[in-house]
Amino acid sequence: MAAATDSAAGKAGFRAWLNKRLPVDEFMESQLIGYFAPKNFNLWYFFGSLALLVFVIQILSGIFLTMHYKPSEALAFDSVEYIMREVEGGWIIRYMHSTGASFFFIVVYLHMFRAMIYGSYRAPRELLWILGMLLYLALMAEAFMGYVLPWGNMSYWGAQVIVNLFGTIPVIGPGIVEWIRGDYGIADSTLNRFFALHVIAVPFAIAFLILMHLVALRQTGSNNPDGIEIKARLNANGKPVDGIPFHPYYTVKDVVGVGVFLIFFCGVIFFVPTFGGLFLEKPNFEPANYLSTPQHIAPVWYFTAFYAMLRAVPDQQMGALLMLLAIVVLFFLPWLDRSPVKSIRYKGWLSKIFLAAFVVSFIALSYLGLMPADGLYVILARIFTAVYFAFFILMPWYTSIEKTKPVPERVTYHG
Amino acid sequence: MVKSLHRSFVAAALVAALAVGMAAPVRAAESGPHAAWMDWQPGNDVTNTASLQRGAANFMGYCAGCHSIKYVRYSRLAEDLSIPEAQMEKLLLLPGAKKGDYITTPLSAADAEAWFGKAPPDLSLITRSKGSDYVYQFMKTFYADPSKPTGVDNLALPGTAMPHVLSALQGVQEAKFKVVEKTVDGSKVTEKIWESFESGEPGQLSAEEYDAFLRDTVNFLEYAGEPYKAKRLSLGVWVILFLLVFTLFAYLLKQEYWKDIK
Repeated sequence: MAAATDSAAGKAGFRAWLNKRLPVDEFMESQLIGYFAPKNFNLWYFFGSLALLVFVIQILSGIFLTMHYKPSEALAFDSVEYIMREVEGGWIIRYMHSTGASFFFIVVYLHMFRAMIYGSYRAPRELLWILGMLLYLALMAEAFMGYVLPWGNMSYWGAQVIVNLFGTIPVIGPGIVEWIRGDYGIADSTLNRFFALHVIAVPFAIAFLILMHLVALRQTGSNNPDGIEIKARLNANGKPVDGIPFHPYYTVKDVVGVGVFLIFFCGVIFFVPTFGGLFLEKPNFEPANYLSTPQHIAPVWYFTAFYAMLRAVPDQQMGALLMLLAIVVLFFLPWLDRSPVKSIRYKGWLSKIFLAAFVVSFIALSYLGLMPADGLYVILARIFTAVYFAFFILMPWYTSIEKTKPVPERVTYHG
Repeated sequence: MVKSLHRSFVAAALVAALAVGMAAPVRAAESGPHAAWMDWQPGNDVTNTASLQRGAANFMGYCAGCHSIKYVRYSRLAEDLSIPEAQMEKLLLLPGAKKGDYITTPLSAADAEAWFGKAPPDLSLITRSKGSDYVYQFMKTFYADPSKPTGVDNLALPGTAMPHVLSALQGVQEAKFKVVEKTVDGSKVTEKIWESFESGEPGQLSAEEYDAFLRDTVNFLEYAGEPYKAKRLSLGVWVILFLLVFTLFAYLLKQEYWKDIK
């Protein structure tokens, strides 16, 4: 604090003028330099800042797409091709945005997995986790509506399937579906409102939730791979002995993460932008056609795990409910975990087996959701759905009976 | 500790791969037997300008009478494919078209529907929606079938409304089928399985020449689907090289900052 005032006072001119009116240096000092983060962050801790980077990429590329895109049934598909072919640099912007959508989910899934292995959702960070889950929900809504905008045939039929899920709600379902579409089918009005929600409403909600997520993080401080609180051991200055200033240490480290991330990101943009039909699906290069259904309707890969669960149940209403539960149950994670330790490093083998089974089931379900729903695929989807839920439902049991390892007093750090 | 965790995830991934692998044969059995023609590939190279130029001439000569590529402009085509403007106007421009126009077809949709029962699709994005392999296979697997109104049928798109417009070049080949009987859900059905093509009525081109003709044309359609593809690939190399250098320096900077953290 004192240092900041000194430096502000010591610098005459614009900086002093500015700081008198806007607490720039004070903010830097209290929020970045004075914020102590555990020194033992590993690879898993890059994905939070990377998620923020992808958000910024999506906003910036989105603004430029909005300048040329036409949200109408008659013009949407053509306007996307116009961007790809006739707008200067348009193909880079469009591929940035479409690749960004998939990378957003990759990064967010890894970020969530990090929280799961190191118990970052545990007290006192329950609200931090819940805010993160709300962000995940907002991201799903944003991605779904964005996918409809190019008005390709998969956009159209995907929207049909997803919007119709709301029709399974008893009594009010059919009314809600009509209200969402603004018509008796997926139509111009649907496209128009999805555009409004995709470029204004949901991005605002996401920005607000990111801010809340960061404020909550700043309040509790970061967890770390050992799952111990660094605030428990302070030095003479009242700073955590195992903590280091976020800036410059983690800002400079995160820049390395950004570099590596961009190599992968640009690798996809420039060399495999459709990613073999996973990021941009083949049927979406045909304009929406309500007379011709694509051979297999499947959402983009980041939703297919839940889509596989939906189709694993013979009854559509129960399937939709199960799919909803699969997401809702994640909100309760902080209270399902009864282990005396946070990090997987000190949990017993039962926790490790269940977590591994969960990862396997999520990946397998994601694959199965891309495949046709018949024969062995449905049987496998049922098995993996059961494993997915077993991870959560049995968690209070297996985390409380297993033998845990002793937790160290100081974080493990091999300089 | 970290190692054992790592090992359990590798094991988990293996189990998932196995489960998924078990499911794969089911899929193959459903989509019918695998035939040799399904592996035919044109081997496109959108950086081969000479091939693209020949492909453009083929397309304008044989396809553009019925099919549009409505997202491609003549002028852009000439520029991308290094075709001098005078040449383009003389050889590629359809009657009545101006150099800045999109490449549309003189065939009206109403006439097309009356004549073929279906308007020929726009081909701007055909290689992106169906793949260039599909287009190549489609154009190679027409065979004589006197029972059809066009006198031909097709392996890649059975029952297609499209006549074999390249029959003057390829000729009309005969297809040899094997008839097998099998039981599906308790009832017997016969199935025709393609075995090979045999030369029928000959065309102007040899088999090799026809193949080269198709490769150029499909290559051109791949260009039409993504005109910036060649640029995308060459620019990408520089972007990745820059990022490698950037990341190296970022890493060295990080090491410098972190050297006193014990």
